[in-house]
Amino acid sequence: MKYAYYPGCSLSSTGIEYDMSTREIAKVLGIELWEIPEWNCCGASSAHLTDHLLALALPARNLAIAEEAGLDVAIPCAACYARSKATEVAVNESEEMKKTIQEVIERKYEGKSKARALLEIIGESVQGDHIKERIHILLTGLKAACYYGCLLVRPASTAFDDPEDPQSMDQLLHLFGAETVDWSYKTECCGASHETSAKPEIGISILQKIFIAAQNAGANCLVTACPLCMNNLDMRQIEVEKYFSTKYNLPVFYFTELVGLALGIEPSKLGLNKHFVDAMPLVQEVLNRKGGEQA
Amino acid sequence: MSSVELTSLKAKHDAEIQKLTEQSGVDASKCYQCGKCSAGCPVAFAMDYPPRAIIRFLQLGLLDQALRSKTIWLCAGCHTCSVRCPKEVDIATVMETLRILAKKKGYIGDKNIDLFHNAFLKSVERNGRVYEAGLVLTRNLFGRQFFRDTGHGLPMVQKGKISMLPHSIKDNGEVKKIFENVRKRGGNV
Amino acid sequence: MKRVGVFVCHCGTNISGTVDCAQVAEAAKDFPNVEYSIDYKYMCSEPGQEMIKKAIEEHKLNRIVVASCSPRMHEPTFQNCVERAGLNPYYVEMANIREHCSWVHPNEKEGATEKAIDLVRMAVAKAVRNQPLQKTTIPVTDRALVIGGGIAGIQAALDLANAGHVVDIVEREPSIGGKMAQIDKTFPTLDCSACILTPKMVDAAAHPNINLLTYSEIEKVDGFVGNFDVTIRQKARSIKMDVCTGCGICMEKCPVKVDSEFELGLAKRRAIYTPFPQAIPNKPVIDREHCTYFLRGKCGICSKLCPAGAVDYTQQDELLTRRYGAIIVATGFELFDYSVYGEYGYGKYPDVITGLQFERLINASGPTMGKLQRPSDKKEPKNIVIINCVGSRDEAKGKSYCSRTCCMYSAKHASLIRDKIKDSNVYVFYMDMRTPGKGYEEFYDRSREQYGTQYIRGRVSKIYPLNDKLIVRGEDTLLSQPVEVEADLVILATAMVAQPDADKLAQKIGIGYDKDNFYTEAHPKLAPVETHTQGVYLAGACQGPKDIPDSVAQASAAAAKACGLLSKPEILTEPIVTEVDEKTCAGCGTCLLICPYKAIDLKTLTERIAGEIVERKVATVNEGLCQGCGACTVACRSGSIYLKHYTDEQILAEVNALCL
Repeated sequence: MKYAYYPGCSLSSTGIEYDMSTREIAKVLGIELWEIPEWNCCGASSAHLTDHLLALALPARNLAIAEEAGLDVAIPCAACYARSKATEVAVNESEEMKKTIQEVIERKYEGKSKARALLEIIGESVQGDHIKERIHILLTGLKAACYYGCLLVRPASTAFDDPEDPQSMDQLLHLFGAETVDWSYKTECCGASHETSAKPEIGISILQKIFIAAQNAGANCLVTACPLCMNNLDMRQIEVEKYFSTKYNLPVFYFTELVGLALGIEPSKLGLNKHFVDAMPLVQEVLNRKGGEQA
Repeated sequence: MSSVELTSLKAKHDAEIQKLTEQSGVDASKCYQCGKCSAGCPVAFAMDYPPRAIIRFLQLGLLDQALRSKTIWLCAGCHTCSVRCPKEVDIATVMETLRILAKKKGYIGDKNIDLFHNAFLKSVERNGRVYEAGLVLTRNLFGRQFFRDTGHGLPMVQKGKISMLPHSIKDNGEVKKIFENVRKRGGNV
Repeated sequence: MKRVGVFVCHCGTNISGTVDCAQVAEAAKDFPNVEYSIDYKYMCSEPGQEMIKKAIEEHKLNRIVVASCSPRMHEPTFQNCVERAGLNPYYVEMANIREHCSWVHPNEKEGATEKAIDLVRMAVAKAVRNQPLQKTTIPVTDRALVIGGGIAGIQAALDLANAGHVVDIVEREPSIGGKMAQIDKTFPTLDCSACILTPKMVDAAAHPNINLLTYSEIEKVDGFVGNFDVTIRQKARSIKMDVCTGCGICMEKCPVKVDSEFELGLAKRRAIYTPFPQAIPNKPVIDREHCTYFLRGKCGICSKLCPAGAVDYTQQDELLTRRYGAIIVATGFELFDYSVYGEYGYGKYPDVITGLQFERLINASGPTMGKLQRPSDKKEPKNIVIINCVGSRDEAKGKSYCSRTCCMYSAKHASLIRDKIKDSNVYVFYMDMRTPGKGYEEFYDRSREQYGTQYIRGRVSKIYPLNDKLIVRGEDTLLSQPVEVEADLVILATAMVAQPDADKLAQKIGIGYDKDNFYTEAHPKLAPVETHTQGVYLAGACQGPKDIPDSVAQASAAAAKACGLLSKPEILTEPIVTEVDEKTCAGCGTCLLICPYKAIDLKTLTERIAGEIVERKVATVNEGLCQGCGACTVACRSGSIYLKHYTDEQILAEVNALCL
């Protein structure tokens, strides 16, 4: 399968390990990623709070380039995905809006190129027996709290998974031998939009609830599909621990990193050493089981 | 507590609220004020009015109160309210639309948040992409929060996560054009 | 010579507020054949009808056009009126200038008046072509069928039986009693549900005019008012009813345990069982899906132990066909499946239960002998949350309507809990309290004042488990603040919904149902227990959410309607039916397939053509079955079938009056 690839701004900086691991696993899974040349920022999450048209037009340019190449777009970042999807939907829903957007971006976009979440694409690509041969290591011992966040499965009308209790990431990880916990914070907002802007104090109490819920559910790590959530859960975890004088010690992974690990890709190539909450001890634990658990 | 004189309000803001309904595509009159939105809102605890009350303001014609609320600035845009609403009122989109209108009118409910988004879009217009280090710097300078996140900054650079140079696309003419075209159509960017 | 009189009604201001009635009456004077035209405030009133009768005499009118409301409202009124004046009732034609005009164009007075004039012109054109029609009679079978043996069905059957009519109750469960048998106490009096229900069940079983057909379902309904031929499937009970003494040894010794439907999964029953101890008939059935003998051919314990030798594994379903004059549908409701609510745990949390499950938990004859305890760990709950409107008033995930009963039964639940567990706290999350019944508001008052229930106005957004508690998050919308309760038990007041197969039964009987699959009454105000199919009546919650008092009242109303029908040996039928022109009918049978009432058949004609005897098939209409829908007339390729009172000529005259 070939997709236009839209990494988005975060994946070239704070979310670099998401980009690294995505490219690595795509190679192994036979997904060809064609990075949209000269892609631009989609505007998330500022444009839609400033001007409706700007919010629709910025992602439209990227989609237009992909459409010209005849490809759907694979989008790892949940926020970029949500904004791009909104544009795709708006263009398909209204001829008038289609025309306006085309005039603003001065390019043709007919709404044919679809914005697709990387999680959904990877989930599809591992269906079938062929994947079994590719698994190097079973992720036994991982008890993951899958954290989908808010933008991946909302709004409900365009979501590819259930907005209250999504399962796609859980199922993906089960395939690679990880356990996932049943918990009720899968799609509770982490407050990332306030982290990136100016209200971190709001985020702290939201984050605390998520960490406690994951712990109570018996998880030993969090798994996400969004660089904003990652930043928030990983980078701010220490801050929240300090604030409440406690210790959560919950490494946070991108689902792509774990898939990569299971596919036998070296941890450093996946960016697993770039986390704030040290993920390596848990990774090492999984790798040490390799002998007994090799698939 | 002063009483609200409802009769004149309605006439005063009817047209504007009608326009808001068209822009957001959301009809506030569908709401029966159950509060499910506000109960599930992750940021409600920090708001001055629960999201339900914002919809109530619109129902009664209290547009100014909605526009001057902190709530519309604090909304995280997570859409939990919208997916749970039993009357399928897309509250999150109402918040967005109100915020755009508030900004147009110069009601800035939270200066720091506003600064951040302005800087963000400036960065996009200038570079085509967001320059995260620059963004943090701008926010802290203008927001007079000089040492915020500095604890995270160094490890960020060390881990190769924040580049000190702006990312940009080679020829940013197209993106600049998008901003210009939006402005030409009355966009407040 | 056709002499038409036009009578334009103001309907108070319903019509005249928009349509200039005097102008309409004036304009009508110029229409062909119109001899007389007048407008009046209320045409349907006594003076209005007198006015019509007098005009018929004075102006020698022989066709009448009434421009007023829908013919569904007052056509019979005006038909009776002209009949009294000596005209055939089908000489009346109605122009609907209310529903079709004034009500839908409230802001366009001029246009509406013009449209009203057009509608009258059309009606006049048709009226002059109307033919006199005669009603015929059909015999009535004096036996009623009640479908459903809940409180509504039982009440309707008792009323009919007491009036001297023979009644069969068909109930698909092994016992009559319905939902009311599961309920602990009833509002607003808090009397024991079983104590008031079981005597009625016994009365029904013992009544010489009532036959109980339990564990039975409707297979097929043929025929028409007065003469419904109904096929009933009596499911194989595996028990010889005339031999079984109901001693219950079989149920004690049966080794198979499955979730009890009656206890809503809170307790087990055996594979041979009665749903509950007071079941009527108090004789068991074998659940063949779970019985070891039926699954593996072994066991047979019940048969070995039965002292009467009543167990019969070889029984088969039996089909029974009977003729009924009237049918009362009383099939009740089901509860909304709240597992669509992800935010309430998709039905995964054991300590989130439904209101009906609570009824079993608090019931002295229930699985816990009335001791209120959480399903998960059997602990006594201290903090209990009740959530109203789960599935009701929710367009997104549930039903748009209000279920009418939940406010009251939640108040009842709260009172019962506080009565049993003195140191408990009960929080009811509600949106609006709806207590429009006799003594209902006072009952709600008591739940607050006497029992100390906390009412919180707001819909709960999320329930999630934390340690052994359930965190319930809502907004107190009166306080404008999010609130949280650490609950031990959460009770959901789930919506009342139509039976899952309500639509299928409706299609078998030939009655209408709404978007939510509730059965449609003939008129929401004036014919609330009738259906559009003559001779079929509605009772209880199959027509819409209803509490016990309303269900019982409606059941008695339906029974009274059925009595009215059954008490006469024959009834008049509507002459607006289709007729076949046998000369041109080709016997293709298209109309047979299209007829929703199975009213058309083919018959063989024997003719002599050019000296030869020839046989050919033509369509023929059963006037008892034909409801005059006209579907066949559209389908007929040769135009050989026509609907009386709506012939092509009559309809085209209307079209021409409008367009030419």
